[in-house]
Amino acid sequence: MSNPVIQIKNLSKAYMIGHEQQAAVGTMTFRDTLTNIARKPIELITGHQLKKEKFWALKDVNLDIEKGDVVGIIGRNGSGKSTLLKVLSRIVEPTEGEITMHGRVASLLEVGTGFHPELTGRENIYFNGAILGMTRKEIKAKFDEIVAFSEVEKFLDTPVKFYSSGMYVRLAFAVAAHLDPDILIVDEVLAVGDAAFQKKCLGKMKDVAGEGRTVLFVSHNMAAVQSLCNKGVVMQSGKMKYTGSIVGAIEKYNIQEDFSSALKSAKNLDSKAAVKSVEFGGNIAHKYGSKSEILVNLNIRKIQKIRLVINLLNSSGQVVLSFGKIFQVEDGDNRLTLQTPSLRLNGGSYRANLVVFDEQRSSVENFLEEIGVVRVEKSVIIPSGLEETIYHEV
Amino acid sequence: MEQTIVIRPKKRLSIDWKELREYRELFFYFAWRDVKVRYKQTAIGIVWAVLQPFIQMVVFTLFFNKVAGIQAGTRQVPYAIFSFIGLLFWNYFSQALQRSANSLVDNQSVVTKVYFPRIIPPISSTVVSLIDFAFAALVFVGLMFFFQFPPTALGLLLTVPAILVTFVAASGIGLFLAAVNVKYRDVKQALPFLVQTGLFLTPVIYPVASIPQQYQWLLYLNPMTGVINAMRSSYLNDNPIDWGLTLLSIVVSVLLFVGGLYYFKGREKEFADII
Repeated sequence: MSNPVIQIKNLSKAYMIGHEQQAAVGTMTFRDTLTNIARKPIELITGHQLKKEKFWALKDVNLDIEKGDVVGIIGRNGSGKSTLLKVLSRIVEPTEGEITMHGRVASLLEVGTGFHPELTGRENIYFNGAILGMTRKEIKAKFDEIVAFSEVEKFLDTPVKFYSSGMYVRLAFAVAAHLDPDILIVDEVLAVGDAAFQKKCLGKMKDVAGEGRTVLFVSHNMAAVQSLCNKGVVMQSGKMKYTGSIVGAIEKYNIQEDFSSALKSAKNLDSKAAVKSVEFGGNIAHKYGSKSEILVNLNIRKIQKIRLVINLLNSSGQVVLSFGKIFQVEDGDNRLTLQTPSLRLNGGSYRANLVVFDEQRSSVENFLEEIGVVRVEKSVIIPSGLEETIYHEV
Repeated sequence: MEQTIVIRPKKRLSIDWKELREYRELFFYFAWRDVKVRYKQTAIGIVWAVLQPFIQMVVFTLFFNKVAGIQAGTRQVPYAIFSFIGLLFWNYFSQALQRSANSLVDNQSVVTKVYFPRIIPPISSTVVSLIDFAFAALVFVGLMFFFQFPPTALGLLLTVPAILVTFVAASGIGLFLAAVNVKYRDVKQALPFLVQTGLFLTPVIYPVASIPQQYQWLLYLNPMTGVINAMRSSYLNDNPIDWGLTLLSIVVSVLLFVGGLYYFKGREKEFADII
């Protein structure tokens, strides 16, 4: 094994919370001290004390990244992904630990950093390029390529404040896409522009990854992560929960999701058709076109006939599959099995919603969002947006 | 070339000259952008840099000289040119200072998203202000013609050092205030007031000589006193330069710079966290 290109050792980053502003640890200023002294008598009178609490945004992160790896960093909001990228980009300083990186690093935490509305497209290319670490020579050499990629040639000498948001984003990404670093750090910037441009961006990212560069990529778009990355890291509450293959990471990420909150809601518990549990047949990814069984445990009060409907939603929240079945039920616990239709879906994870209808009164008795997830193996690619919602009676 | 970056909590304050060299282009770009943006969508653009001090001078001459009766020190020197020298340097100083102090907060979005030596925006702001200074200096040239004060050799010789001292003093205070501004936006509120007060604590509208001799050194603790007085002495020949007190001004400006830089470097690492 060669020397890792990025080596992270015992990396931790702490913030102080409880103060009106966040402050990094160990940065008490003289003025803080003064105000604290001034505050003391007030605290004595009011009995109110401002306590500062240490919050570890990152704790003991250890990670080696080899040259050419494309690493997807996934985790829920607040898990420390962005803090990790900020530390790696040298924007914030770690509290403890050490990182060693070999090669030129470029980080792209935002599209259009430093874009000034008053400057023209041309001027912004230069300033933005410079701030992302390109030299003037490099920008000049790649200028035409950047302009071509951005598709805003006609408006190059117009101040960007007159640009449409799409043009703005395209230009910004075009500059970033032509960085030439050994290590590229990217934070959730692909979710911009229209579908065609997003595809172009993903393609560009793949090119970069294919050239043997090292890429660190944070995203909530599992499909993008899976298609781009070969390695994955799962973050949870500032700690690294998993590191290994991207498939394993996504699996781990999905397992750590907790769907019990919908079941615990008062709305559910008060319902005449309270859902006690839903089982989606483990965490395996289903083959394209295969069927699966869903086990629903219901507590029924005063209903005889229900229609159980499950909707599957893609990552953009659109319903892509909807299926249901009518059951005769009795008061008390009912264990019902619902078979899915053939899962003719793109590879990925689909969140499930559940609806219980009272068939006789035709009223909705219960509606729960996010009660579980159904995964489909990646195999056939159907252009996204072309999925149709089909209601199946099964 | 393979470069290696090591990131760890910094214990010691140090200036990474090599890195500053690598980022010299960005320094230029910051300055270039500020210049570009400065007079965008204005009808007369850079003419403002000429107009402002000129009108200021006219108003000062009218009110302080004609109405309030403040004299230029010696009768032979017209108050207009006397006050303009003061204004020229004071305006550069105050403008550089204000822009520098606001530079980090104004570039907040960049500071939290990209790494670069944080010292670049405040210093580049003080450099950008030199452009306005240069345009205002054109007015000074015009006044020299108008009032028949041909430029003196000593004046020309001392101009660059005078600019340098002003630059050093403004950068020092600017660095300090920029760092404080990151945490306490009070700086932004207090700045216009500070600058306004500073105008009266600096011999811009009055000569140093109007202060009793034994208290003059107090005035020289303000670096701009040394600068403005030396410029007046050398160009207008209205009083001899007090080299001892001028040196005091220079020393103060260097101390301000070192102090400001030291404070800035100490705070630097927390900027992105709290800005």
